[in-house]
Amino acid sequence: MTAALEVQGFNRSFGALPVTRNVNLTLERGARRALIGPNGAGKTTLVNLITGALKPSSGRVLLNGEDITAVSQSQRARRGLARTFQINQLFRGLSVLENLGLAIGERDGHSNNMWRAIGSNRAVLDEALDHLESLRLVDDALKLVRELPYGRQRLVEIAIALAQKPRVLLLDEPAAGVPSSESHLILDVVASLDPDIAILIIEHDMDVVFRFAKQITVMVQGAVLVEGPPDEIMHNEQVRAVYLGQEYGHGANHG
Amino acid sequence: MAASERTIPDRKATRERAAEYLLRRHRFRPAEALPWLIAIAVYFVFPDRMTFGSQVVIMVMFALSLDLILGYAGIVTLGHAAFFGIGAYTVGLGAARLGWTEPISGLFAAAIVSAFFGFLTGWFLLRYRGLTLLMLTLATAIMLQEAGNLRSDFSGGYDGLPGLVFKPVLGLFDYDLYGHTNYIYALVVLAVVFFFVRRIVYSPFGQALTGIRENVRRMHAIGSPVHRRLVTVYTIGAGIAGIAGALFTQTNAYVTLTVFDFDNSAKVMVMLILGGTGRLYGAFVGAVVYMVLEDKLSKLSPTFWQFGIGLLLVLGVLFAPRGLLGLLENAGKYLSKFRSKP
Repeated sequence: MTAALEVQGFNRSFGALPVTRNVNLTLERGARRALIGPNGAGKTTLVNLITGALKPSSGRVLLNGEDITAVSQSQRARRGLARTFQINQLFRGLSVLENLGLAIGERDGHSNNMWRAIGSNRAVLDEALDHLESLRLVDDALKLVRELPYGRQRLVEIAIALAQKPRVLLLDEPAAGVPSSESHLILDVVASLDPDIAILIIEHDMDVVFRFAKQITVMVQGAVLVEGPPDEIMHNEQVRAVYLGQEYGHGANHG
Repeated sequence: MAASERTIPDRKATRERAAEYLLRRHRFRPAEALPWLIAIAVYFVFPDRMTFGSQVVIMVMFALSLDLILGYAGIVTLGHAAFFGIGAYTVGLGAARLGWTEPISGLFAAAIVSAFFGFLTGWFLLRYRGLTLLMLTLATAIMLQEAGNLRSDFSGGYDGLPGLVFKPVLGLFDYDLYGHTNYIYALVVLAVVFFFVRRIVYSPFGQALTGIRENVRRMHAIGSPVHRRLVTVYTIGAGIAGIAGALFTQTNAYVTLTVFDFDNSAKVMVMLILGGTGRLYGAFVGAVVYMVLEDKLSKLSPTFWQFGIGLLLVLGVLFAPRGLLGLLENAGKYLSKFRSKP
């Protein structure tokens, strides 16, 4: 079976600083993979390289077996590669409903229409509300995004990505910045996502990682240190030394 | 409340409310008749100021075209006069060199030529943003002006193309000394253009433009062909600016290279910001206030009038950062809050 997403030998530097060093990564269909590593390991850069927001200096990326290295970011998105951002990237001055409508409209090409009134397309409206219902956001549908509490905004961040109907979803710290009393809401949503979608999640909370992920990739200084199933990673001496060690061993905060 | 806990009629009501929320916006509101009623009233109240009136209407259209690209798509340009100028010269040169004096077809020609130029420059320039784009659009307008100056034998240069004569509008309404025909003509064209712009703004395409303005990074991430959208709206905006320019030449029966002036690009932006960006009627309020003030102040003090405009701008930026319409909106909200209190 072809992998949903395959990264082959990605390299990228910012000036003299190599931030991605020969990274290989595979997401099978329906994968649940966590990407972990200390701050500055190059996790978000890798996401940017995969989505096409950044260009790799060498390496290839395949989506469902198709080489998309030369394909633009927006075309990759239309082919089913969606992401969320570590820091909210929302249409803050628009309602939650319109945020989703935009994602659906761009996905299906409705957004090319200059004549029809927004809201007159019932299919788009219904689909947007379906997504909002499944994320329990429907009561906020008509509120402006910037008026929502941060935790709810994080849900909108995910809702937009889901409205793209992705086959591959990259979640960059979905619960970042959300108080722990609310983060379980977001993580419940993540846990109940469509099992067909291949998911790569960047997450710092080890409890979440070990509960959610079937596979874990550990990055250090731009390179993949090791990958494998959670129990293997948990007991890996190298990983404990560079990453888990600081967190559990010394109780240091990753910040 | 979870989806499963909702009763069916409750769900249906929510959906109706959501549809209504979106549809309500593009529906015609009674208050929207106001600017048009005022425009018609002006025709009867100030019959001797119709030449000035038609110039105001033209500036409203010019500002409206900028609102589409600046207010909705968030493209910051200092060279919008380029398209106004191209429209003005399409009609001017058409009449002077080709004897093409039919006004309505002239408007179409101006729209097509300036839209084409908007497409061409937009294709190249809209890869850039911010200061770079500002400088490049500014340079484009200056280059056009210089090109016109180089071939002043053809363009008439800064002396202009004087004494242009156009056929009566629709072959029926001839131009009069008081500009009555001009005013009505410009107003009708503005109404038609406005109808189109309003349609576009409330369409899914218009929504996508707002998305680009609000967060271009996310638009890329959800698969929006951002560059194509920007070039499209830039082309439309250029076409409309071209129509405004064409009307300018037709109503003045005269055009010089000053239409390409940086002054003209800056003025239209000031008008729009003064009135309020991204709200359609900001162009109306801004252009009217600016033009009337300019008219009054320049009569009051021919050397010092710009001080008044400057003062207004400073006050506007300080106290009405969302434009005069934004100020009105705030006042309305404040009043309704005040009233709802017991």
